[in-house]
Amino acid sequence: MSTSSDRVGTPPAALKSPARPWGRYALVAAGAAAFVLVYRGLKPAADWLTYDLMRLSEKTHLGSAVNFFLYDTVKIFLLLVTVIYGVTLIRQSFSPQRVRRALGGKREGIGNVMAAGLGVVTPFCSCSACPLFIGFVESGIPLGVTFSFLISSPLVNEVALGMLLAMFGLKVAAIYVTAGVITAIIGGLVIGRLKLENQVQRFGIAPSDQAEERVPFQQRSREAWAHTKGLIRKVGPWVVGGIAVGAAIHGYVPVDFVARWAGKHNPWSVPIAVLIALPLYSNAAGMIPIAQALYAKGMAMGTVLAFFMAVVGLSTPEFIILKQVIRPKLLAIFAGILTVSFILFGYLFNAIL
Amino acid sequence: MKIEVLGAGCAKCRALEEQAKQAIAALGVQAEVEHVTDFRRIAGYGILSTPALVIDGQVKCAGRIPSDKELKSWIGAATEVSAA
Repeated sequence: MSTSSDRVGTPPAALKSPARPWGRYALVAAGAAAFVLVYRGLKPAADWLTYDLMRLSEKTHLGSAVNFFLYDTVKIFLLLVTVIYGVTLIRQSFSPQRVRRALGGKREGIGNVMAAGLGVVTPFCSCSACPLFIGFVESGIPLGVTFSFLISSPLVNEVALGMLLAMFGLKVAAIYVTAGVITAIIGGLVIGRLKLENQVQRFGIAPSDQAEERVPFQQRSREAWAHTKGLIRKVGPWVVGGIAVGAAIHGYVPVDFVARWAGKHNPWSVPIAVLIALPLYSNAAGMIPIAQALYAKGMAMGTVLAFFMAVVGLSTPEFIILKQVIRPKLLAIFAGILTVSFILFGYLFNAIL
Repeated sequence: MKIEVLGAGCAKCRALEEQAKQAIAALGVQAEVEHVTDFRRIAGYGILSTPALVIDGQVKCAGRIPSDKELKSWIGAATEVSAA
């Protein structure tokens, strides 16, 4: 068990970074090289563990299930740790204050595109939704532009990215990010056009940059690592549970069954998947291994992606928090735009993928 | 001294509140710790992301959990100011 799993627990190299920038780059490069080596070694290590050490046969059901479970678990956690840590480090350079300044004075259109793009790299947990929303709107950023940010920031997040990379690869992860950014741009533009400013509570708070600060890199990497550990601890059990269910599906669910209900030829599969996803939130990470197993059994890719976008993008806790500053009509429009967008993307991907 | 921990009440702001209380105890400083969940007051400080820490009306950090060292140096500095 030692070879691969131990390395997952080791902090990335940049953690002990010296003050000189070139040393930092060298450490990042060394970290990347180590990552590739470990990643390449995962499959042989899992094979060796199951077939040599545990003496399970490759042909038995148990052998392939154990092999699958070991390989997937280690691979997912390795990618999750790497992606969360990397994205968190990048994010720390884009404080919400900087985003607000960048968006200030921008017109709708270009403002929506920028807000959606900045949402990809900016930190924002749902507890911050209210102060963030008030801070943006009160400083004069158009409502539609604020919503572009509010949609893309949670939708394109590091856990979703890490899980999609691990289970579906780079292409699907890139498609997901693109679809998320387009949803944010269009959603913001539509809300901007509808002239719903009367749906927002105003407080007359003067914008202030008092909370702005510069944090040294060493401190940032330490915080990024603490954040990564906290997040892994939170989503970890869901991921392991998801992989276990996924492994069971791989073994026991017949191919025809899933293909019939959730394949390309059932036009209802996309809206039903989105509706099922509505109440699910905290277990978003655990859903991906299950979705991957269902995909292997014939569930259409567009349905999988629509489902996942809805799990991540339509979050009940966030809506409850936003209800304090946004009237129900605008909240309903917000949820409606996202639902329609996810369903349309589901159909689009089913048609082209 | 008044220390305000700002955040809607998620795991992170509760951790920060606990950390602040421990720092005060460790330094032996007289201070009042308040957990602010009202988003109007949070936004009033110009804070866009939580958890955030305010000492005597001064925003010390926002959107992150500071290290113990930082926290203690802020509390120490605020003690000197109030003593002077």
